[in-house]
Amino acid sequence: MSLLEIKNLHATVGGKEILRGINLTINPGEIHAVMGPNGAGKSTLSAILTGNPQYTVTEGSITYNGKDLLAMSPEQRAWEGIFLSFQYPVEIPGVSMVNFMRTAVNAHREYQGKPALTATEFLKMMREKRAVVQLDNKLANRSVNEGFSGGEKKRNEIFQMAMLEPRLSILDETDSGLDVDALRVVSDGVNRLKSADNASIVITHYQKLLDYVKPQFVHIVYKGRIVKDGGPELADRIFAEGFDWIKQELGE
Amino acid sequence: MENSANQYIELYESQRELINANSASSLNALRDEACALLRRVGLKKSKDFSATDPEELLSYDYSLNLARYEVPTRKEDLFTCGIPELSTNLHFLVNEQYIDVSSSHLHPSAPAQQYFVGSLRVFAEQYPELIARYYNKLAGNDPITPESKSNADLRMLGESALNTMLAQDGFVLYVPAGIEVEKPLQLISLLRSVDDFMACQRLLIIIGDGAKASLLVCEHDSDLADVKLLDLQVTEIFVGKGATFDMYCLEEHKENVVRLSNVYMHQEEGSNAAVGEFVLTAGKTRNRVYVDLDGEHIDANLFGMVIADNKQEVDNITFIDHKHPHCNSNELFKYVLDGEAKCSFIGRILVRDGAVKTDAHQTDRNLCLTDKARMIARPELEIYADDVKCSHGATVGQLDQNALFYMRTRGIPEDEARMLLMFAFMGDVIENIRIEPLRDRLKHLIEKRFRGELTQCKNCSISKK
Repeated sequence: MSLLEIKNLHATVGGKEILRGINLTINPGEIHAVMGPNGAGKSTLSAILTGNPQYTVTEGSITYNGKDLLAMSPEQRAWEGIFLSFQYPVEIPGVSMVNFMRTAVNAHREYQGKPALTATEFLKMMREKRAVVQLDNKLANRSVNEGFSGGEKKRNEIFQMAMLEPRLSILDETDSGLDVDALRVVSDGVNRLKSADNASIVITHYQKLLDYVKPQFVHIVYKGRIVKDGGPELADRIFAEGFDWIKQELGE
Repeated sequence: MENSANQYIELYESQRELINANSASSLNALRDEACALLRRVGLKKSKDFSATDPEELLSYDYSLNLARYEVPTRKEDLFTCGIPELSTNLHFLVNEQYIDVSSSHLHPSAPAQQYFVGSLRVFAEQYPELIARYYNKLAGNDPITPESKSNADLRMLGESALNTMLAQDGFVLYVPAGIEVEKPLQLISLLRSVDDFMACQRLLIIIGDGAKASLLVCEHDSDLADVKLLDLQVTEIFVGKGATFDMYCLEEHKENVVRLSNVYMHQEEGSNAAVGEFVLTAGKTRNRVYVDLDGEHIDANLFGMVIADNKQEVDNITFIDHKHPHCNSNELFKYVLDGEAKCSFIGRILVRDGAVKTDAHQTDRNLCLTDKARMIARPELEIYADDVKCSHGATVGQLDQNALFYMRTRGIPEDEARMLLMFAFMGDVIENIRIEPLRDRLKHLIEKRFRGELTQCKNCSISKK
């Protein structure tokens, strides 16, 4: 059974149609790259998958793990194993990383019928997962993303991903704003979390991330549709030539 | 209702002997003058945009306890406070009257050897000279200044005169010069009546030169019949040269309670004081704080937190009077309004001519969770001196929807995410509390409040979102 099946997805934000019939199937163990020019609808797709209330689905369906994803609240989707690494992680002054993560992890455990972690167990888990992305202990003691640099915010996203162990992770331009070293740390983290049972969607503009996190499938989104599918060679051509040849193929 | 002061003046004139017989002569000595003042200034409605109209609220026919009948009070009623045993130095007012529980194990013997803490009536009988020197010296005078354009103070004057005219007992903390009271004192003020009732709570706090003390006041009402209760409160605080004083008021009233509070604080050179007002639940509360900085190098801190829902109304009106050079004042107030709550913050800072090097800052931030909640934020800075640093900031907004969504994508349920955000919003106000155990207890109480688990929160709408 496929992990995610998107059929004819149409969506609007503020009355404007952004997605105009997306079809995409993802199986466990696969990594899919989603590329496309600015404004094509890539981030809208990640917002729809995670249930952002600002976006409205007008047509189509999403089946996740055999269930109707669109009927679920954002938190239910998280409990079912969907994770989004935000393009712009949100700062939450006054809410400590520890409190935030403990609440999140224990909500997942409650959904799975497991008892809440003790303080000791939780801190041990924090320590282990922090090592995955080399996140500084000092950051873990601060408010969520508050005063973090761009790179630290992205590391923090992958740290949260390590903590929550999602089945489907969506990395929305996780590479933007990262220097080469930080990019390696982040993509090492992503690779270490990969398994035969889970899958990833990587939204990116850059070649570097795809050099580290090797996708088997590449999709080009343009004007709210997937206009081309291929393998890694498709990404290579985009990086070499840009999107103009695709627009020409579409007769524009 | 053309003049609701009249019913109280008539009451006083007909019951003068009864009132005086049940109080101390040094307090009685001020009543006629207070009555004349009340007759002159009345109980005027404020023009300062606050929702409460004292004249209307006081026009209701409340009963009073002028004969000082003993209020039947069970021990367990006294200990309904959500901050139990914070202090071993625990004191009680029941309907304005000091209750002596010194026989109880909760009141260790003779804390008053170095300082006085207890009944106003007893204090007035023992130390008439101190009453003559301090009592009603702040509340009985119009602190209005010729420079100032506002006449806000007149409105304090009538209410305070009414309190002075009728108050027969109350609470006194007197710490003589040089004495440091290490542990915080706690006063639990309980309203308890089976009939509609009005109390005139009176607090007198005198902190001598170089002395130090802190006081927590918990305002409660016990769960009796559905009656109307009004507490007309006057608190006078004197903080001497180089003295340190903290007072934190924590209100957990039910919706049948009206609280009209006037706090006057007089600070002398080099003193450091903090007044914190925390309203967890209320009916109608109007709280005025007037701070008189009468010396150089004074630190004054005012802060407050309000959580209001349903049709609750809470107004905080502050006035800090910078009279001399080199004084600092800091104000921080935060409100969370839900349901149809109507609240206001009116913060006035007066920097007089000559008060150079004044450093005065005011911040007021508010969250309105519904379309029907109403918040009025009104900073007023009146500056007549050059070379000062003054700032103010007031905002009214909603919960950060991006933060809410971010938390939900991590699996934090929406209710919990809202609670965490509201709690985080209040964080810096709580950090201002200088009694550490109180900070922890208050965090716990605020969390319970947002979860709707306080006993007063049966109809709380915040928790049901």
